[in-house]
Amino acid sequence: MTQEQTTPLLDILIVDDNEDDVLLLQESMRDEPSVNLVHSVHDGVEAMAYLRQEGPYSGAPRPGLVLLDINMPKKNGFEVLSEMKGDPQLRTIPVVMLTTSNRDADVMAAYGSGACSFVTKPVSFDRLKVMAGHFVSYWTNVVRVPRVER
Amino acid sequence: MADDLKPQPIEILLVDDNDDDVVLLEESFRDSHFVNLLQVVHDGEEAILYLRRQGRHQNAKVPGLVLLDINMPKKNGFEVLQIMKSDPVLRTIPVVMLTTSTRDEDIVRSYDGGACSFVSKPVNFEKLKEVIKQFTLYWTLVSVIPPLRMADAGAANLK
Repeated sequence: MTQEQTTPLLDILIVDDNEDDVLLLQESMRDEPSVNLVHSVHDGVEAMAYLRQEGPYSGAPRPGLVLLDINMPKKNGFEVLSEMKGDPQLRTIPVVMLTTSNRDADVMAAYGSGACSFVTKPVSFDRLKVMAGHFVSYWTNVVRVPRVER
Repeated sequence: MADDLKPQPIEILLVDDNDDDVVLLEESFRDSHFVNLLQVVHDGEEAILYLRRQGRHQNAKVPGLVLLDINMPKKNGFEVLQIMKSDPVLRTIPVVMLTTSTRDEDIVRSYDGGACSFVSKPVNFEKLKEVIKQFTLYWTLVSVIPPLRMADAGAANLK
């Protein structure tokens, strides 16, 4: 294509209140050299603080992609999505919803609000690992995301 | 759904004015049994007519995803993207920009306009096939797309 050797590392911010899910996700991407899980935050308020580099997150690196759960305390995933897409600085960061939901209404609402993709969390780790492999291939080999200054 | 990792079939509208690229893409998708290339249109105006089922596209099927070139006659890809994302019915259809461009400003402009991915077309056919293979795995096995019947129902409501 055009890049290959120069493919930059993809920095991912995970936003998920479920500690077990975060651990499984980290484990599923552990052997993927082209991704860097920069940080995990556990609710929507913290996600916005991270993205806006507020409070403890001053100087936090801007992620190349956000993995966003829907059901979370304080601010849910749809609220985070709509704030990101309403913010000229944040709206160019691709957001992938990652959720246990497979409700049609959630899928429609996510795409309608500017999500790039909607992934339903598989129950088994083996399946998660297979999906994580395809996920990483797609977002690092196939797709280009806006370049992030390091 | 995603749990048994059964591929979900996907129907794609391809918008590209370059006939050679279209042939290579069709060829690359040939082995992707879960991808159905519904229709190829060659400029942005026709893409909008297709999506709105106007003119000769009255019986057009709503695509699950649009593969959209940038440089095209009549209406370019950014204009099509802007029209789709301002339309309450069409805005839920994921749009993947597929272009020869690798320019940073085109990448940023695409995501800013609501594209869900930006893919640079490889010049080499073997690489194109590999890209299409990974693209297909992602959109049939990993990512769920909006259910078509709902998009159809939405389109019917607006009439």
